[in-house]
Amino acid sequence: MPAEFDATTTIQQYAHPERLVTTAWLEANLGTPGLVVAESDEDVLLYDTGHIPGAVKIDWHTDLNDPLTRDYVDADAFAALMRAKGITSDTTIVFYGDQNNWWAAYALWVTSLFGHADVRLLDGGRKKWVDEGRAMTTDIPAPADTDYPVTQRDDSVIRAYREQVLAHIGNGPLVDVRSPAEFTGELLHMADYPQEGAIRGGHIPTAHSVPWRRAADETDGTFLPVDQLRAIYEGEIGLTPQDDVIAYCRIGERSSHTWFVLTHLLGFENVRNYDGSWVEWGNAVRVPIEKP
Amino acid sequence: MRDALHEIVEEFADTPKELRLPLLLQFADALPALPQRLLDDRDAMEPVEECTAPLFLAVEVEPGQPVRLFFDAPREAPTSRGFASVLHAGLDGGTPDEILSTPNDFYLSMGLDDLVSPLRMRGMSGMLARVKRRVAAGISA
Repeated sequence: MPAEFDATTTIQQYAHPERLVTTAWLEANLGTPGLVVAESDEDVLLYDTGHIPGAVKIDWHTDLNDPLTRDYVDADAFAALMRAKGITSDTTIVFYGDQNNWWAAYALWVTSLFGHADVRLLDGGRKKWVDEGRAMTTDIPAPADTDYPVTQRDDSVIRAYREQVLAHIGNGPLVDVRSPAEFTGELLHMADYPQEGAIRGGHIPTAHSVPWRRAADETDGTFLPVDQLRAIYEGEIGLTPQDDVIAYCRIGERSSHTWFVLTHLLGFENVRNYDGSWVEWGNAVRVPIEKP
Repeated sequence: MRDALHEIVEEFADTPKELRLPLLLQFADALPALPQRLLDDRDAMEPVEECTAPLFLAVEVEPGQPVRLFFDAPREAPTSRGFASVLHAGLDGGTPDEILSTPNDFYLSMGLDDLVSPLRMRGMSGMLARVKRRVAAGISA
């Protein structure tokens, strides 16, 4: 049975308030049957140094990505992961993590590919929880295995591929959520991530630049109020909620965060994440590139 | 490779896979604090840009003396701290030759590549490259 929704006013302003919870709500609801808290971090050791009591760890690299092919895990592996984490098909999963929920949003997006119904983000992520002095533990929960069903991944609705992006140029908005220096092509990789480079720099023609981090408050990492988000995505770059939008970054993690903002906070109906992103595009032969 | 570092690499390789991250965390916890003179002079420390978290290092090379290594990484970045601590435990107090002879890819034998993504592992090579550069510069200075 899914958990109750967070009725906090700051959450209710968004298009889909059922997708977000506050730290106070989570603290009050810890231990509720049907609620599983999952931590997904950029730093793979962080969970082990301490996490929200009862939270399980979902590793973006070892749990969600196929070890061989550049793709997400298949239906069997995903079901096995959910079973091992004590998650059933009607469990409420609250994701949280470091770096403004960057990887938590990615885990939420991948979980959405498999059609898991009730997925939510903890507003402000790990940092806000820690900064507020809320409880942490190093105890690793040992949930009983569940009977999570094998559900096929649906890549047709919220995921975009290179061919689709190519056809999208000139026909629909693209949002490049990387840093300004990556957008202009000055950097061939994200600062600090030399491994994930590309042979060519720049951006996909017609793409708007809106770095993902702008959607979060600089101080506490919570999402900006809905009117400020609208001012950015609708005001500055002219998107409308009916647009067919494709977001991309470097490997699809930061654009998962923007996908969450557009889809769940602003209520856009057709947003896809191009997870091939610049590591694919900037290395692909004969795809068009724009540089300012 | 210096014996102390070689032993650490073997320790990781011999540890069952599910216990390797806890072992790395033990290293992270064991990273020594900076001496006061470096706490007072943060500009003397070099940032390691290959790391995703703020990580700084300093290398002290004096003729005829063991090389001293110092690392600083926040507790919120345990993986970077763990890598720094492995290098510290394995190379601090070594001779310049011992440090310069460390294979650039020594960490590939630790068996962490299935557990830590390749881009995270780059932090380790970035740190080692900087240590070696500073040692080489210290010898020729």
